Amino acid sequence: MRVRSIEPNGFRVDADGEHGSAVLLGGYSPTSKQFHFPRQIVCPYSGAEDVVAVDLSRDATVWGWTVVTTAPPGYTGAVPYGFGVVELTTEQLRIVTRLQIDDVSELEFGDSMQLSYDIVSKDDDGTDVAAWAFTRRVR
Amino acid sequence: MVGVAITGVGLHPFGRFVDKSVTEMGVDAVRAALRDAGNPTFEAAFCGTAYSGVAAGHKVLSAIARTGMPIVDIEAGCASGAAALALAAGAIRAGQYETVLVFGIEKMPKGIIRSSFFEPWREQAGLAATPSYFALRAQRLMREQGVTKSDFAQVVVKNRAHGVLNPDAMFRKPVMVEEVFASRVVCEPLHLWMLCSPNEGAAAVVLQRSDNPRISLRAAVLRSHLPGSVLGEATPMAGIDDTNITPPTVLAVRQAYEEANCGPTDLDLVECQDTDAARELLAWEELGLCKPGEQGRALRDGAHVLGGPLPVNVSGGLLSKGEPLGASALGQVVEIVQQLRGDCGDRQVAHARIGLAHTVGRGANASAVIVAREHSVH
Repeated sequence: MRVRSIEPNGFRVDADGEHGSAVLLGGYSPTSKQFHFPRQIVCPYSGAEDVVAVDLSRDATVWGWTVVTTAPPGYTGAVPYGFGVVELTTEQLRIVTRLQIDDVSELEFGDSMQLSYDIVSKDDDGTDVAAWAFTRRVR
Repeated sequence: MVGVAITGVGLHPFGRFVDKSVTEMGVDAVRAALRDAGNPTFEAAFCGTAYSGVAAGHKVLSAIARTGMPIVDIEAGCASGAAALALAAGAIRAGQYETVLVFGIEKMPKGIIRSSFFEPWREQAGLAATPSYFALRAQRLMREQGVTKSDFAQVVVKNRAHGVLNPDAMFRKPVMVEEVFASRVVCEPLHLWMLCSPNEGAAAVVLQRSDNPRISLRAAVLRSHLPGSVLGEATPMAGIDDTNITPPTVLAVRQAYEEANCGPTDLDLVECQDTDAARELLAWEELGLCKPGEQGRALRDGAHVLGGPLPVNVSGGLLSKGEPLGASALGQVVEIVQQLRGDCGDRQVAHARIGLAHTVGRGANASAVIVAREHSVH
């Protein structure tokens, strides 16, 4: 099964890997001591130009969550789906993300999460299109 | 500073008008405002709109043979009309013009707003649904300020009760809390009736240089966001701790209070951005109407209902009127001017002298407009 990233500048996914193969591509500016996502040529918080590319950590806690019940314009994937913000544990960066959880209402603020991916559509040649998602951390 | 008077206002009701073009709605509002102002010659026109296409303002003024002057279309999301107003007022204060026409027009499809702001991949990923961002903001307000879902419903009840009294509103039936909760969940904690409807309409205002204005535009401020807040209207893909990041609404209203030489305790009425019920409660604290966490008490005390100490959204707000993006900010200004003139009938705010209008939306763009009656009506 072939899988491609929906946005290669921000997210890498390994077709042959397990969930652990998804990576968020971020940036770090030593001057502003700030991580950002997705990677940009200038730090979006300070304007510093000393951005270095980093692979962001996979562990996070949930910071906000809801369920999208109606397909928004331009979206052809399954509904309902979980949507929220997680805070990366190491970088303290808040990331907008899909949430891959059966019952989002069971979530509580601060629950441990880990990076995964969701298939949101399919190309004409059958390649699956993947977006990043976070799921509950396997204990 | 040079005084700017609002000498004419006009409105095309907000709602759905299948047989009417956005140009025709604009013509109605512009003609009403010009008539109200005594049909002056204007030297420039600024038109706020987000979805009307190329030269939309020109089409409106071409239809009434009032062209030749500069006509500028302005897009600033939900604050488009206020952006047009700010530019017009600035040009008058700078001495460039004596009289300027400002109008806002919009005709939007039903349902979740589609915006070219978002890259196609972001829509495809399901990360561009505006109500889902509103929902996270509402949830945060519940977590950090102790606001409840019932408070959100109470905002809808308040604004819809006001809307009953406004013949230009789209929804004119009162609703009860139970009915709000019975409407379907769009994105928990927000139910359908807690969200405003994108719709259609137009509004227009005539500004004139004046050393002795009766109704004065004391401040018309537009500001954008500072970076970092993940749930701000700039809708970034990521953010950082925003404890010390001032939101655009606060930037705008602080400047407006300073320019208008007044503060929240001087206000007699407020029209604020109730894109969703939670957004209104957030606006209360951002505009300085209450302290963070006091929204629930203000609701229970009836602080912001018609007849209360500081009525908010007596027009019915966007929850009753709907939101035609380019027109909505000027619709608020029209409401405030009519209130200051004492022309609002059943929804009249007694002794209204100073009003604040606020919008915030995509960009991010936030606006704060302060209008005052400088002379006694009698």
